[in-house]
Amino acid sequence: MAEAQSLRAWLLAETPTSRHHAKMSAIYHGWLSFRSNTMAMIGLGILVLLVLIAAAAPVIAPHDPFVQDLGNRLAPLWSDGHVFGTDSLGRDILSRLIYGARITLYIVALVALIAPIVGLLVGTVSGYVGGWTDTVLMRITDIFLAFPRLVLALAFVAALGAGIENAVLAISLTAWPPYARIARAETLTIRSSDYISAIQLQGAGALRIITKHIWPLCISSLIVRVTLDMAGIILAAAGLGFLGLGAQPPSPEWGAMISEGRRFILDYWWIATVPGLAIFTVSLAFNLLGDGLRDVLDPKAGE
Amino acid sequence: MMEPLLDVENLWVKFPSRHGVFDAVRGVSFTLGRERLGIVGESGSGKSMTGRAILRLIRSPGIVEADHIRLEGVDLLKKTEKEMRAVRGQRISMVMQDPKFSLNPVLTIGDQIMESYRLHNSVTKKAAYKKSIEMLVAVSIRDPDRVMRAYPHEMSGGMGQRIMIAMMLIPNPEILIADEPTSALDVSVQRQVLDIMDKLVKERGMGLIFISHDLNLVADFCDRVLIMYAGRVVEVCDADKLHEAKHPYTRGLLNSLPRLDAPRDRLDVLERDPEWSRASSVSGRI
Amino acid sequence: MKMLEVNDLNVWFGMGRDRVDAVLGATFNVEKAESFGLVGESGSGKSTILRALTGLAPHWSGSLSVDGHPIGKKRPKSFFKTVQMVFQDPYASLHPRHSVDQVLGETLQLHGFSDIDNRVVKLLDDVGLGQKFRFRYPHQLSGGQRQRVAIARALAPEPELLLLDEPTSALDVSVQAEILNLLADLREDRGLTYLMVSHDLSVVSHMCDRLAVMKDGALVEVLDVDALRHMKASHPYSQQLLNASI
Repeated sequence: MAEAQSLRAWLLAETPTSRHHAKMSAIYHGWLSFRSNTMAMIGLGILVLLVLIAAAAPVIAPHDPFVQDLGNRLAPLWSDGHVFGTDSLGRDILSRLIYGARITLYIVALVALIAPIVGLLVGTVSGYVGGWTDTVLMRITDIFLAFPRLVLALAFVAALGAGIENAVLAISLTAWPPYARIARAETLTIRSSDYISAIQLQGAGALRIITKHIWPLCISSLIVRVTLDMAGIILAAAGLGFLGLGAQPPSPEWGAMISEGRRFILDYWWIATVPGLAIFTVSLAFNLLGDGLRDVLDPKAGE
Repeated sequence: MMEPLLDVENLWVKFPSRHGVFDAVRGVSFTLGRERLGIVGESGSGKSMTGRAILRLIRSPGIVEADHIRLEGVDLLKKTEKEMRAVRGQRISMVMQDPKFSLNPVLTIGDQIMESYRLHNSVTKKAAYKKSIEMLVAVSIRDPDRVMRAYPHEMSGGMGQRIMIAMMLIPNPEILIADEPTSALDVSVQRQVLDIMDKLVKERGMGLIFISHDLNLVADFCDRVLIMYAGRVVEVCDADKLHEAKHPYTRGLLNSLPRLDAPRDRLDVLERDPEWSRASSVSGRI
Repeated sequence: MKMLEVNDLNVWFGMGRDRVDAVLGATFNVEKAESFGLVGESGSGKSTILRALTGLAPHWSGSLSVDGHPIGKKRPKSFFKTVQMVFQDPYASLHPRHSVDQVLGETLQLHGFSDIDNRVVKLLDDVGLGQKFRFRYPHQLSGGQRQRVAIARALAPEPELLLLDEPTSALDVSVQAEILNLLADLREDRGLTYLMVSHDLSVVSHMCDRLAVMKDGALVEVLDVDALRHMKASHPYSQQLLNASI
């Protein structure tokens, strides 16, 4: 216990003694702030659970998600050995749900990496450099913003074949423009600040200013925006899966599961509803997390 | 002894936070008659919080406690939020520092002044317009009709502040609280705005609470001065006797100002004595 | 040789019909190790002159020279080793996510110094901040402390001319005294030249040897501080300012 006490005291110290100490202290304060928001902690909890479930899928799934049991199709909830019943091919829904979590996380991670980073790059360069660069980059952004997501996905499928990677690509390509817009708006505000003028007066070039001074300030709003967009991204992937453009059968992607269960919605409602509830829960969790992060990371709300 | 306009006794303003409770105002007491009372202090002294506490403008998690805050005998702390809305603007008004931030940028000035008036008086738009023009003339705005149609960003700082004063005085309140009303203005304009405020306050027999960090300005403009430090009142004196002030903090403040007519090599630096924040508040009651 | 020569400086914003002239035909000189004040109300153009000097105002004409070297459209790196600026608002001049150590370290790095750690320690001592402030972030510092960091940052490249844009107007009275004393001490110790902008005549009279009065972009008068103290300004506007300050 004494160890934990002194670690806590070290982290809360008024006077940090090294760069590392100062960074750790700042992170710890952020964590304390976040922890006081119950809703956000619930969101975080659900997501941690999701990651753990996905990681432990082979261990905790009661059945193989691909094994068909045509003699036991459309089994109801709580039936023998199948908590959530079985689908139209007799596959255990719970196991498919658990393995499907991996796919959901895969999509989420890829899009969360590609879209905001591309948006950050485009937005900050556009906002800082201004002039023709700004005009050209913003018009490119407008073009991508104008693409309807599903139509682009269809085009990709037609060109490259269906599959989850192509779905992710389609979603990312339509998801980055709003991040570019946010990043650009923030850059424009920051650019006229005295601390940017001050570093320009030390002879700093555009690259250093953008990467070391502007990015740290934009990143928080992007992180918040990404978590709040997660819900939409999951739903978009589910939508593509539903249309058969994303994950292909027999892949247990949640959207595809809803699509398969559509035919049976009246008599065997759980086949579509259970994955639907999973999508709902994860989207909600991301929303709560995003709200909590915004309260912590937004300097105006914090100070 | 005539009943004072405002009677504040033992006012505390507390802000609970993760690190404990922060006391912004600690045991401040004073009375206000039909006079000009200055409250002077540096940032963090609690002077602005005192002004806001009187109008009950402090939102949770801030806590306002006092023995009483009596406006002509009636305790404001006992009023409901609805009743307070009838007090704010109507009986006690507040002018803040920067008209850029206190005037709504998307409404015309005319709309804002008339709204201010019609909130407390049910009159026709025409009557409100007429009254607004009267007020603008009273604050020496030369072209009131044009100003009524204009937007706040088209006004200079001095004009904006005079418009704020017009807006705040139109419902004819009994007390005006001015929180750093001239700090955002140029020196030459400051005098003008203060003269207008002075004239109006005197004409209407109002009480004025003038909150500022500028000791000399307050000494010049007010009748009595309260000097605040760390949430407490450390000294009370008549404005014309400010330069004979006794408390070391007041003396320290006076001495650390550079003076045009008294050149010095080094300015005296205020040595803060922890006793000043530990000592109890001096009462500003008359 | 004069530290700063400004000749017929015009600074404007916007082009063509939208052009706003902020400074009109300003001419003045600052001697080495002198402290020169620029006084005026808001909109007088005094801060704009500083910005034009540092290259932060894009459109200007006339001639500027620092330490005998004329200044062109672009400022060479050596310029920033000679001229530095302290900004007005201590709450806006430090990057909110950079610690004091990072701010000073980056500045030293940009100017090519190698013994960064030692210099950071010395700079903090020189401005009266102890080592315990080294790893703090701006939101953990008071206004006066932030301004000291800004001064340390300006001193890091060992400049000769320091441009001070209302360095104490955003600070409390008692803190102002400390910072003004610090600036006076630094100037004496290092033989710095100051160009100080302020709207406060008493601050300028305390800190400066000579001053220029500006109104609506034009330089109205250049005075000695003595004349100011005796209320002997020649131009009626200067006299007006003096009267309003008492």
